[in-house]
Amino acid sequence: MGLKIKIDNIPLEVPEGTTILNAAKKAGIYIPTLCAMPELGFTPGSCRVCVVEVEGLTNLPASCVYPVRDGMVIHTNSQRVKEARRMVLELLLSNHPLDCMTCEKSGDCALENLAYELGVKESRFGRREKRLPLDESNPFIVRDLNKCVLCGRCVEICNEIQQTHAINTGYRSSKSKIIAGLDEGLKYSDCVFCGQCVAVCPVGALIDKAAQGKGRSWEFRKVHTICNYCGCGCGFDLNIKDKKVVKVTSNSESVVNGINLCVKGRFGNDYIHRDDRLTTPFIRKNGKLEPATWEEALQLISDKFKKIKEESGSDSLAVLSSAKCTNEENFLLMKFARAILGTNNVDHCARLCHSSTVAGLASAFGSGAMTNSIKEIANASVIYLTGSNTTENHPIIALEIKKAVTKNGAKLIVADPREIELAKYATVWLRQKPGTDVALFNGLMNVIINEGLEDKKFIQERTEDYEKMKKVVLKYTPEIAEKITGVPAEDIRKAARIYATAPCASIIYSMGITQHTTGTDNVLSTANLAMLTGNVGKESTGVNPLRGQSNVQGACDMGALPNVYSGYQAVTDSQVREKFSQAWNVELPDRIGLTVVEILNAAYEGKIRGIFVMAENPAMSDPDLNHAREALKKTEFLVVSDMFMTETGELADVILPGVSFAEKDGTITNTERRVQRIRKAIEPIGEAKPEWKIICALAQKMGYPMQYNSPAEIMEEIANLTPIYGGILYPRLEKEGLQWPCPNSNHPGTKYLHQEKFTRGKGKFFPVEFKEAAELPDQEYPFIFTTGRVLYHFHTGTVTRRSRGLCEIYPEALVEINPQDAEELNIQDGEVIEVSSRRGKIRAKTQITEKSGKGVIFMSFHFYEAAANLLTNAALDPVSKIPEYKVCAVKLQKIN
Amino acid sequence: MIIKDIVYKYGNKRENLIQILHEIQDADPQNYISKENLIRLSEIMNIPVSDITSTASFYTMFSFQPRGKYIIRVCGSPPCHIMGAETIFEVISKELKIAKGETTSDGLFTLEETSCLGVCAVAPAIMINDTVYGYLTVERVKEILAQIRKKEGK
Ligand code: SF4
Ligand code: SF4
Ligand code: SF4
Ligand code: FES
Ligand code: FES
Repeated sequence: MGLKIKIDNIPLEVPEGTTILNAAKKAGIYIPTLCAMPELGFTPGSCRVCVVEVEGLTNLPASCVYPVRDGMVIHTNSQRVKEARRMVLELLLSNHPLDCMTCEKSGDCALENLAYELGVKESRFGRREKRLPLDESNPFIVRDLNKCVLCGRCVEICNEIQQTHAINTGYRSSKSKIIAGLDEGLKYSDCVFCGQCVAVCPVGALIDKAAQGKGRSWEFRKVHTICNYCGCGCGFDLNIKDKKVVKVTSNSESVVNGINLCVKGRFGNDYIHRDDRLTTPFIRKNGKLEPATWEEALQLISDKFKKIKEESGSDSLAVLSSAKCTNEENFLLMKFARAILGTNNVDHCARLCHSSTVAGLASAFGSGAMTNSIKEIANASVIYLTGSNTTENHPIIALEIKKAVTKNGAKLIVADPREIELAKYATVWLRQKPGTDVALFNGLMNVIINEGLEDKKFIQERTEDYEKMKKVVLKYTPEIAEKITGVPAEDIRKAARIYATAPCASIIYSMGITQHTTGTDNVLSTANLAMLTGNVGKESTGVNPLRGQSNVQGACDMGALPNVYSGYQAVTDSQVREKFSQAWNVELPDRIGLTVVEILNAAYEGKIRGIFVMAENPAMSDPDLNHAREALKKTEFLVVSDMFMTETGELADVILPGVSFAEKDGTITNTERRVQRIRKAIEPIGEAKPEWKIICALAQKMGYPMQYNSPAEIMEEIANLTPIYGGILYPRLEKEGLQWPCPNSNHPGTKYLHQEKFTRGKGKFFPVEFKEAAELPDQEYPFIFTTGRVLYHFHTGTVTRRSRGLCEIYPEALVEINPQDAEELNIQDGEVIEVSSRRGKIRAKTQITEKSGKGVIFMSFHFYEAAANLLTNAALDPVSKIPEYKVCAVKLQKIN
Repeated sequence: MIIKDIVYKYGNKRENLIQILHEIQDADPQNYISKENLIRLSEIMNIPVSDITSTASFYTMFSFQPRGKYIIRVCGSPPCHIMGAETIFEVISKELKIAKGETTSDGLFTLEETSCLGVCAVAPAIMINDTVYGYLTVERVKEILAQIRKKEGK
């Protein structure tokens, strides 16, 4: 039953519990607000700008908190209301600098709007200016607390949603102000520069530093697009003025993230206009890369590729596709390789991050993608997080995990060798030795089975091969697991009980699980655990691999892999091959191609003579770099397309200038299988071209008719040939995108997989025995070396190291080492040391931290001066061919 | 006393934060709460630094600057004011050669102003550490300061 009310003479019926503010909104009536953020459940009722008059009430209630009652008669704009608002406004203005003329926020400021509406020019209370110094301590946000109206929004979002707790309200009465950390400036606080506070500040107190003086709200054209960094797939608006991207602002309609972003997405896109962008093609002449025309470059590539193909056969050519490029571009490049070059030697860097996920989950479930959706995480009752430093690598997903724990009472189990930030939120933290995950999983399952906590019905009805798995698992008692993993048996028992007794438990993992020689085994173990307890095919459960790059999911979906076409259709399946062959009007190769590392090995041996690398940087990202670089050098003809000169580009024979995500249309698929639109916001810089146009031009040069007017047309072809993308068409993607599988144009997309039955029919258990990492510490190399990313950088650093702010805040590689180890080696914090493995050595500064366990050294791989991958081991997982980035043996040496 | 013991004494609970802050301040020879101590406390109690600073800064009785061993608080509320608190303040300020909020170079005294001490009947009044002195005259104030100096051998 609704409540009947009258608001500014408009009769209205609203449900019980509606606030006056929301009722007014429903009636299309605008009430000004300053402090409330009703969408986020924040209505402190403190600013009193939103007051209204309710007949029969003596005082004026704040509409943002006051609930509607039956029969209420409300006036939102009466004389009394205006008077009250004017009073509030004049009080605020009395200590607010009146410099709207030069304020960045002008045009988009709640205070300015209110003054305009009420016609207030001066305050009757005189002027009491605060004269606080500006906080410009950090590269991203300027805080001018003289303009702060103490609405509390920034404190709310930092503490309750972002949960970084960097800021709070300090002091009292007239001295009240927002403080950061010890009240010494944002840089010295715990701030992670997500900029959530900037997004909600109603006035000009929090400002995007880099955009200062570059335009105000009415001057910008806004283009809604998707972040090109990680696999979260956050939406935001690019703000364009004079053909340039000036800044990023939140767009509350973004389905994954709402207004939240991380520092890279919000403040790390300035690389787009760097003056070292490649603006023309280059050709190597007499050993030097010289500028060339597109015509020359394409002709040369076409001639060379044709010649190599004639002389040594199709399989002496290979392409590396890109998880940074769009679905359309990945599709075209794999089509180029297969239909024009005639080879299945197509791969991309997903091989290096999640190929074991694709292999493992495909075997167990029939589909190698995240089973559930990001939004479901917050409602899980237990989250088992392993091998993912989510706070730094998938910041927006970390917000969902924190929400689950702090707001919805979920229990978090963290299994990670590093003391990651989320360990603070964990009920149990299992610190396994790197490379012992299988033993830990088996230990957990051993407890579950022995205590009868398994889901017998689920196992019976929906799975197969349970007994085989059980036989192996029974060998791994918690005590045996403790011996292998170093995790106390009691903790294993505790975690097993928490996980197994949860109504809905979700497993979340990332590269800490996949990047091992036992990567596929690790992934199979996650699937075993989930199926054992019936935690698949239901809301807020599942096995959820977090994918690294923005479109690594899509690049796999599009068949930029040596064994499948788009939609994971096997090249060895003659029916499938026939379908593609007809559509593309060519004969297609039936032999499975080579993977990234195999391509480089073949190049090293001279068996591969020509490689096309699309916007990737294997000379930084591959393991055992000395070997990888040597292989690229030996490649007779290497073509690279990229925005910038990269370590790989330096070795190329031809370089083609590609574009940033702001310069092209297309779609990308985030980690939860959501296909979303990226939109062109500016024209390509110089003569640069989007990769889809480059591929088409090259194909035509080589005599194959490849022509599309737009990426939308390419998507039509993808939809036609790819059952899981069957209904994914541009007109349907305008708002929220679609999650595959989406087989036809009426299908709403799929929130979570394997609901009634697994993609492969029955879920398949795999017995998995523990195997040691390929290289273990010994006398000579006594430390375990493990690699990963940090919040402020991305991948090989090509892009983030060209962002001014990101570089300023995190300028160099750090070697993380445990305090005890540091003491034993007499190493000081910040001292430059040498780290070496059997394959290479690097020098970098140390950071002494409890985050690293004893005997474990951590480093990120973003910095070419101290490239962690000179040390890593190229030993491969036998199934997925993923290299073991997470474990190798190193030694540390003091310099001098 | 080290911070860990203070926290242990009161119990590691948020509602004890004010008392814990008090004791940390009292235990410091310079009568203040240092940044290092705030950070340490944040780690031990698992309360964010910004949160502790927020609470501590709300109360005027906590200082983040090193202070003298003796904190002189001169009441500045109307009853004392009428009875000549201003003169008292000036005398102390001259005598010790420090302005409001400052500390003598020998680290003995810090001069502060405060609101009503709740002993208006004996106005004008001051408080030195935990002791209240009322019915003050210029001579009496000088005497009190001299006594303290003597006791401290300065
Ligand atoms: S940028 Fe983020 S972490 Fe920093 S103060 Fe603002 S909301 Fe908090
Ligand atoms: S800084 Fe902005 S958001 Fe924070 S309290 Fe002040 S006005 Fe509100
Ligand atoms: S969380 Fe990922 S997708 Fe979102 S803004 Fe950050 S880098 Fe971009
Ligand atoms: S918006 Fe309602 S009180 Fe501030
Ligand atoms: S006014 Fe000074 S003690 Fe009350």
